[in-house]
Amino acid sequence: MSGSHVHALYRHGGSQLHRAAPQVKIVAAFGLVFVIALTPRTAIWAFAVYGVIVAGLIAVANLSVAFIARRAIVLIPFLVVALLFPIIGSGERVEVFGIPLSEQGLWDMWNVFAKAGLGFLVAVVLAATTAIADLLRGLDALHMPRIVTSIIGFAVRYIDIVGADFARMRVALASRGYQGRSIATWRVYARTVGSVFVRTYERGERVYLAMLSRVYDGTMPSAGAVAVPGAQWAAAAALVGSAALVMVASRGFA
Amino acid sequence: MSTPVIEIGGLGYHYPDGTVALEDVDLHIHQGERVALLGPNGAGKTTLILHMNGIYLPQTGTVAVSGYPVTDDNLVDIRRRVGIVFQDPDDQLFMPTVREDVGFGPANLGLTGTDLDDRVNQALAAVEVSDLADRPPNHLSFGQKRRVAIAGVMAMQPEILVLDEPTSNLDPASRKDLTVILDGLEVTQLIVTHDLLYALEVCERSVIIDAGRIVADGTTRDVLGDPELLAEHRLGLPAGLRIEDVATP
Repeated sequence: MSGSHVHALYRHGGSQLHRAAPQVKIVAAFGLVFVIALTPRTAIWAFAVYGVIVAGLIAVANLSVAFIARRAIVLIPFLVVALLFPIIGSGERVEVFGIPLSEQGLWDMWNVFAKAGLGFLVAVVLAATTAIADLLRGLDALHMPRIVTSIIGFAVRYIDIVGADFARMRVALASRGYQGRSIATWRVYARTVGSVFVRTYERGERVYLAMLSRVYDGTMPSAGAVAVPGAQWAAAAALVGSAALVMVASRGFA
Repeated sequence: MSTPVIEIGGLGYHYPDGTVALEDVDLHIHQGERVALLGPNGAGKTTLILHMNGIYLPQTGTVAVSGYPVTDDNLVDIRRRVGIVFQDPDDQLFMPTVREDVGFGPANLGLTGTDLDDRVNQALAAVEVSDLADRPPNHLSFGQKRRVAIAGVMAMQPEILVLDEPTSNLDPASRKDLTVILDGLEVTQLIVTHDLLYALEVCERSVIIDAGRIVADGTTRDVLGDPELLAEHRLGLPAGLRIEDVATP
């Protein structure tokens, strides 16, 4: 089956992070991102410490650099925008390789690079070590309203099917000679998107009928709580706690 | 005779625009029967089966399941007794894992803990998909999805299993596997299909519905052995094949 049945964000593995309870990982990931976001941007040493912590997590999870690099594509738009800050920023100018850049803009750029980059890495580790179904179970255990976890579950379940619908329509268009190169022909794509929307709406109705047929009464059944060993919470607290100490120290020195 | 599992009398239904979907339908299905429901596209097959579990309520006539009339007040009980497997398994498998999906119906019926686990495991074993329990439904093969959809309905221990086009889009091997599995399930079955050879293989009785009316009801061999009847209702065995050529299973 060569792992084709798992979501692209998830990596099969047996590491301690893979085995940890999902709710612990969710709390720890949010805690780390929160701490990173609260750190003053001038405390460069603090970001270096976070970098070491995150690198440790990546090593424990046994994720390859290539895997993380592929996932990093989603960061590109943010980084491109951040690259503009030093050019369009106002205030004091400093010369970098002979180019006058805004000092304020450079700090803004660093802020986005460091915080978005580290936050992204934490999210990648969480997603790569936790299957979607377990993430939902974890959110359920953390008392996220069942309606919210259901919506996330449905979205994940059907996004591939909706994508496949759209892909089939594109193939059908191309098979009848459609090329869609000029802007004028884009309205064909707009209609395609429209009909995918209608199809998805109709599918929603069929899914709801199937749910009613199995006695759905408005509340999704619980997936059942998973018992969490105290040691896992203790490890998560130690991890987030040490990052928080770094943050507090950095706010004191900054 | 015992109380029929499905007892439909004088059932009529028309859509809001006035189109007649069902007219004066009488149909009795008894325990242990396997009945094929045949008919051209738009004949009213799906509308009829959606009356059996109370998704549609009768506008005229009556529908009763094991003697209980289908009304607004007993829908939970009716839907437990009548299990419908829909045509597109993607419409039916909506939970994050196979196990949770098969557990959806029994959990709605109030089962929890080991009772729920046992029910799910039995249903998975009955359609031979126990090894898929912890997989997400997204990337199962089409044949696997269809079997899991059947497990999800069997987990409610219905008195009648209603299958809408169970063989559509299956390759011959998956179709054969499904035939064997359905044959092994000890439950009354109503099978909606265009696959007449499949009807001949698994159902001793066939009913043809066309334009909302029941136009034939008899042994599958008799119904499919009448080429004029089949042609009149846009049905027919594959070209060149006569009922005499097909061995009785």
